[in-house]
Amino acid sequence: MTTISAPQAPSQVRPNRYKDRRRLTWILFLLPALLIYLGFMAAPLINSLGLSFYTGAGLRPEKFVGFANYQELLTNPLWRDRFLNALRNTIIFFTIHMLVQNTLGLLFAVLLASGIKGHSFFRTIIFIPATLSVLVIGFLWRLILNPQWGAVNKLLDAAGLGFLARPWLGDPGLILIIISLVSVWQWVGLPTMMYLAGLLTIPDELTEAARVDGANAWQTFWRIKIPLLIPVIGIVAVLTFVGNFNAFDIVYAMAGARGDPKYAADLMGTFFYRTAIAGEHPVARPDMGIGAAVAGVTFVILLVGVTFWLVGSRQRDYEL
Amino acid sequence: MKRSFGAKSAIYAILVVWSLVVLFPLYTMVVNSVKRQRDIFRNPFIPPWPLTFEGFTSAWQDGRFDLYFRNSIFVTVVSLLLIVFLGSMASYALANWRSKWSTFIFILFVAGLMIPIRLGTINIFQIVQSLNLIDNVFGLLPVYIAMGLPISVFVLTSFIRTIPHELIDAAHVDGASEWRIYWSIVLPLLRPAIATVIIFNLIPIWNDLWFPLIFIRSEEQRTVILGVSMLFGQYQSNWTRILSALSLSAIPILILYILMSKQFIKGLTAGAVKG
Repeated sequence: MTTISAPQAPSQVRPNRYKDRRRLTWILFLLPALLIYLGFMAAPLINSLGLSFYTGAGLRPEKFVGFANYQELLTNPLWRDRFLNALRNTIIFFTIHMLVQNTLGLLFAVLLASGIKGHSFFRTIIFIPATLSVLVIGFLWRLILNPQWGAVNKLLDAAGLGFLARPWLGDPGLILIIISLVSVWQWVGLPTMMYLAGLLTIPDELTEAARVDGANAWQTFWRIKIPLLIPVIGIVAVLTFVGNFNAFDIVYAMAGARGDPKYAADLMGTFFYRTAIAGEHPVARPDMGIGAAVAGVTFVILLVGVTFWLVGSRQRDYEL
Repeated sequence: MKRSFGAKSAIYAILVVWSLVVLFPLYTMVVNSVKRQRDIFRNPFIPPWPLTFEGFTSAWQDGRFDLYFRNSIFVTVVSLLLIVFLGSMASYALANWRSKWSTFIFILFVAGLMIPIRLGTINIFQIVQSLNLIDNVFGLLPVYIAMGLPISVFVLTSFIRTIPHELIDAAHVDGASEWRIYWSIVLPLLRPAIATVIIFNLIPIWNDLWFPLIFIRSEEQRTVILGVSMLFGQYQSNWTRILSALSLSAIPILILYILMSKQFIKGLTAGAVKG
């Protein structure tokens, strides 16, 4: 994490006799925040991962079973098929975000940075959906895509594309793509703003010099702007990654907790919700141990992804 | 840079098309929320006439959205106050205390930026249950505060380090206590950074579905978003009412955003980038 550095020492050295008393003061300043943060975020995370090594009915599994929950998750067909399906869907969900959302975001950022009139107006509009609740967005699109009402189908009809009309969310082959695109529609403003901020820090002299040397806009973009944007691209990728592997609301709103039809839109987030909280078919009772194992697998996936990014940005720092 | 007419037109065309793609669903939602059911189905896209507000009144009164709004406002305001207050206290200490412990604590907080709190849900549920706060809006508070502290500590600590030291040293010479310096010198100077922290946390807390869905059961304790999540089961056939409730939950945020879009974009993007 290149942007993070340890707290700097105050510029002046203070007299020693204050030291002990001041340390006590600082601890008192830190304590309330630290207790809440440790008690409700750090410790629960570790304890939840610890729970993945226990089994038992109800809320507090007490029997230690080692890696049995993970083994169960990966080998018992009852869990395995759902788990691999959710993992595969999440990877598709993430891939669509990387390809569509982050490319569109870059495109919009470049257009907004070109200094056209009204750029702040367009910027405001592009960002609107990101401020709204995922659930509300999901419901809204579910209504618009509903064949009974058929707002989208009616639009297609009017455009002479009536043959394309279909029950969008009822088709197992389409629903995951549709849900991913709705999510892209909602979040594209975030990468747009990050790329825009990145583009605006590139000094004009640099692009101007390239232009004088005879580079066209396309070459300037690929040879100068993109290399300078690589740190931002990295941050966008890692944020998309972490967000997508925790996505839940959008599927819950548009396809229910199971990602119907036929689990076609089931993600790691919804799978975790069912195993740990709501109960998975056909058991219909939450299994905290297995649920914790699902969270554990997600955690490891995130850890690997974020480590990759950290190592990557470290190396780049050394190279520069 | 000079651009050809063609290039300019292409830029505008892309931005205008996308703007329409963004605005069309929102327009459809708001316009149809004040139409009668059969007009919604017959003419979804024309401006509403005759107007009806029955969807809004029935969502507000029978749907108990008055209650849900009260709960959501309470949870959001109290969480934000404590995120700012506790976060700024901790940041003041972290920015001034020189020791390996403070470095460690700072990294501990910042690690929370990358790790989604949802992965700890099972144990959080157990803790909130043992505190007897399941099915109670108070049970959401510590979770949201914990969730907001990393970004708060990160933004505020960096900001406090930029405050000129002469200001604080002068107060020390005058014999002011650390608490007094924090409260009457540092805190007022933090205002712009606090605005960023508030905006960054406001949206995720107000819009959160996950924790209310898991913690809250009874109607009296529901938040707005949890209320919205129940709509499809309850009022499947009443589209005016569903669209009214969706609009109702979206409009306050939309207004706030349009009034302060610059700060919103800056706050949300800064928060995300610093992760």
